[in-house]
Amino acid sequence: MDGEGHQLTVRHQVNRHAQDFTRTTMSHAITPDDLHHDDHHHEPTFIERYILPVDHKFIAQQYLITGMAMALFGGFFAYAFRMQLAWPGTAIPLFGYMSPAEYNAAVTNHGTIMIFWVAMPVLIAAFGNFLIPLMVGADDMAFPRLNRLSYQIFLISSIVIVASLFVPGGGFGGAWTAYPPLSADAAYNLTPLGSTLWVAAVGLEFVAFLIGGINFIVTAMNARAPGMRWDDVPMVVWMICIASILFMASVGPLLAGAIMLVFDQTLGTGFYDPRQGGDPILWQHLFWFFGHPEVYVVLLPATGMVAEVITVFSRKKLFGYHLILYTAIGTGVLSFFVWAHHQFISGIDPRMANVFTITTMLISIPIAEMMFLYIGTLYGGSIRFATPMLWALGFIFAFLIGGVTGIPLGASGADIYLHDSYFVIAHFHFTFFPIAFIGTFTGLTYWFPKMYGRMMDERLGKIHFWGTIISFHCLFIPMFITGLAGQHRRIYDFTNYPDLALPTLQNIRIFCTCSLLVLLGFQLVFLFNYFYSMFKGEKAPGNPWKANTLEWQTPQTPPGHGNFAEMPTVYRGPYEYSVPGRDTDYWPQSEPN
Amino acid sequence: MIEYLIPQASSYASDIDNLFMLVVWLVGFWFFATQGMFLWLVFRFRAKEGVPAQYVTGKEPHLKKWVTIPHALIIVCDVFLIVGAVQVWYHVKQQMPEPEQTIRVTGQQWAWTFVHPGEDGEIDTADDITRIDELHLRNNTVYHFILESQDVNHSFSIPVFRLKQDALPGRVITGWFEPTRVGEYDIQCAEMCGPGHGIMGAKLYVETEEAHDAWMAKATNSQFAIK
Amino acid sequence: MAGFKPIANLRSATGISTPKLALYWLLGSEIVIFGGILASYLMHRMSHDEWAFQAMHTNTMIGSINTLVLLTSSLTAVLAHHEAEHGNGKQAARYLYFTMGGALLFLLFKSYEWSIEIEHGYTITASPFWSFYYTAAGVHASHVIAGAIAMWFVARDAAKGEELHRVEIVGLYWHFVDLVWIFLFPLLYIAK
Repeated sequence: MDGEGHQLTVRHQVNRHAQDFTRTTMSHAITPDDLHHDDHHHEPTFIERYILPVDHKFIAQQYLITGMAMALFGGFFAYAFRMQLAWPGTAIPLFGYMSPAEYNAAVTNHGTIMIFWVAMPVLIAAFGNFLIPLMVGADDMAFPRLNRLSYQIFLISSIVIVASLFVPGGGFGGAWTAYPPLSADAAYNLTPLGSTLWVAAVGLEFVAFLIGGINFIVTAMNARAPGMRWDDVPMVVWMICIASILFMASVGPLLAGAIMLVFDQTLGTGFYDPRQGGDPILWQHLFWFFGHPEVYVVLLPATGMVAEVITVFSRKKLFGYHLILYTAIGTGVLSFFVWAHHQFISGIDPRMANVFTITTMLISIPIAEMMFLYIGTLYGGSIRFATPMLWALGFIFAFLIGGVTGIPLGASGADIYLHDSYFVIAHFHFTFFPIAFIGTFTGLTYWFPKMYGRMMDERLGKIHFWGTIISFHCLFIPMFITGLAGQHRRIYDFTNYPDLALPTLQNIRIFCTCSLLVLLGFQLVFLFNYFYSMFKGEKAPGNPWKANTLEWQTPQTPPGHGNFAEMPTVYRGPYEYSVPGRDTDYWPQSEPN
Repeated sequence: MIEYLIPQASSYASDIDNLFMLVVWLVGFWFFATQGMFLWLVFRFRAKEGVPAQYVTGKEPHLKKWVTIPHALIIVCDVFLIVGAVQVWYHVKQQMPEPEQTIRVTGQQWAWTFVHPGEDGEIDTADDITRIDELHLRNNTVYHFILESQDVNHSFSIPVFRLKQDALPGRVITGWFEPTRVGEYDIQCAEMCGPGHGIMGAKLYVETEEAHDAWMAKATNSQFAIK
Repeated sequence: MAGFKPIANLRSATGISTPKLALYWLLGSEIVIFGGILASYLMHRMSHDEWAFQAMHTNTMIGSINTLVLLTSSLTAVLAHHEAEHGNGKQAARYLYFTMGGALLFLLFKSYEWSIEIEHGYTITASPFWSFYYTAAGVHASHVIAGAIAMWFVARDAAKGEELHRVEIVGLYWHFVDLVWIFLFPLLYIAK
């Protein structure tokens, strides 16, 4: 059998539109041997091991570890400010007394870090990097060195945001929304260096994800194994690509706005300063034009992971693959038309609010449909409650609460009262926490065996799940009530407000803080399980969950260099479970019969 | 629901609370129906020895209708919610009834300045009463407020009125309210405005006509007492 | 590991070459960035007629020369691509060097233009119009510099007869940079 010829024949037979581009200097077709010119004859240096590698799986780990480390920062801020809220004015263990300026910096950077340095790198960059080449049957991303560059820029942005907290003057405390003139003028915010570093860090993070996003989209579009049609692609790959496209289409104006904000901060321009002819509302529009699609940028990958897990653990095809795709795309498109629901009472023309309340109500429809379709996948299933499945089901349950509580906020008339209250905080934590943490735990517990070749401990996994889910609900459900009672956000001490300084309300705040302490405590169970199992867990077979998608068909686990011995051919969709007439209830995509 | 947690002290507070209840009923129905179906399916289709899963694509009409019919009904519910929302929004933010009194509200880092019309009932005259962090209103009177900011974005929030309006530098924003319940209440700043944001609370006094007149007389006399 | 090129880089399930597809997505995100700057500028300009007084002082002569320079450099980029298609790496590199020369000329003219304007007091803080002017043109200029640097790397390889397909890619990027200027020029220089 002619190695080169055989490969070409299979590719051209199955995928008529594929083309291979040879370098103009080479006179023969490319084979894997031509390309993998690694010199394994010397021990790799530190630089070669940890700085230079371009392997997508390694870069995925880099993003994952950085994201997890940043989650510790973001979580620590939450711990500190919740301690201040429960016992105002007392010294916080591991922190000390918290000044109002420090409180503002804590809430600001908690939000900023969790969204940009935890949710995005873990859900999109870590999982995108690990999964996309494996799931489309490729040996790496289309542009490995660009991939490495995007991580390096991301790492620099992480260092800058952490540095911004320790500079003279303190960290930026103008809320993650950074509205000018507060954010633009050091005379107002009192944190000149921290503010500029904050904007610089966010800008760098944007650039890192713009570059990274190109890699994800192009690899998924072009590097698919022969036979993989667009609707044979696993849902999580689709979702990460749609999210990347959403990000790329929405972040541009904010990047422009951030440049203008930095100029206002450092050069004395007045883009957002009414005293110089500028307009603070310009920033708000630029910010939220990105800010709203951004929530779907992080939501879609999480739902993608849930889709992978519920199909495997109910042994069922996804209910309405095409419909789910359309709801994802529909949500993405609609997300560009709702942004000013964050600005109803901000001073925009009141007539505009009516337009945005209509579009906002409508956007709940495709997401609701997506949830119905996921729930429909459970019908007729044979559901096993392994830890990944518990997380996926927990996502559906909790995200439903998050979704429905968004509706009173989208109703402009009710938002007059609810804006800036704890009702909003409870709503977005019931969406973001499922996205960033439940979604991540779904993915990590599911793909852990493939990433590390070992199994996580099931019992510890279940303890972690129940401890987290219950304490999470205890932490945020009371905030709906305090929000309805008129409690505003970003206030460091409610004893200044007689209507809110009531003992019942203060007891609720203490209850919330204690729930957070419990929640944080249970994460130690996860961290122990994760790192212990990485080295000492039971060795995992290649396909422990009996799944169909290509990443489970690699000859080695964890996958070796190049992932697959030879390019797989795809014969069917990713969710052919329980096909009648077969002796097994799963049917891997690359298995001929 | 909201009125059990915090009193309604303005003419439109009940409109806002009722809109919220409309959302609670319509959305609450779908929420419980969905969670109920979800939990039932999880229970009903637990893995059982010897019972394989079914092969379902989602295109089967008798199953697909369980998604498409709720989908259509939700759109209908949305129409009700949109109509309700626009009605309340228009009433509170767009439609301005004729004012009986006008006040000026100015936010700055970190205090509220309130200018009340004096005994002549006109704003911007010599007998205006200026107070920091203290607002005195006469019950059952339609007020316009003229809202400004001296520095950064603030937000004028009176929870018992269910009122909120951001104050922006470089802009003058007018709104309205009609107090309907005598009492002492909190005023809050509802937009991050720097380290002092948390201490930018103010006190609202909704007074009977007699009490309000008495306050005004005392304030006016003491104002001119120095002269 | 540094020379590692995966097979993934060579496949194309869509039929569009992978580097070209990547460039299209890059240009898509750039369009939104510049779109944001220009949309902000336009909305401000339309509500501030007095900006016309400031806009009168932009140097239309130099702006026009720079437009010509950029258009010519796009022409040389096209010629470079033509040569690369026929495998003439050295000639393609030469045309790319011309394009880079055009970039340099553009930047020199712009530096001269800006130094005159700054001397006359039209700095970035002089008025909102000038803030937008310098920001928009500055972000564009940074893309000109980035493009010229990328072009240098491509020309260096092309002269050795390597990676000739990249000539077209960098040329497409250059046309985009040109196109942004075609939008900026009337908005900042002509609309008075």
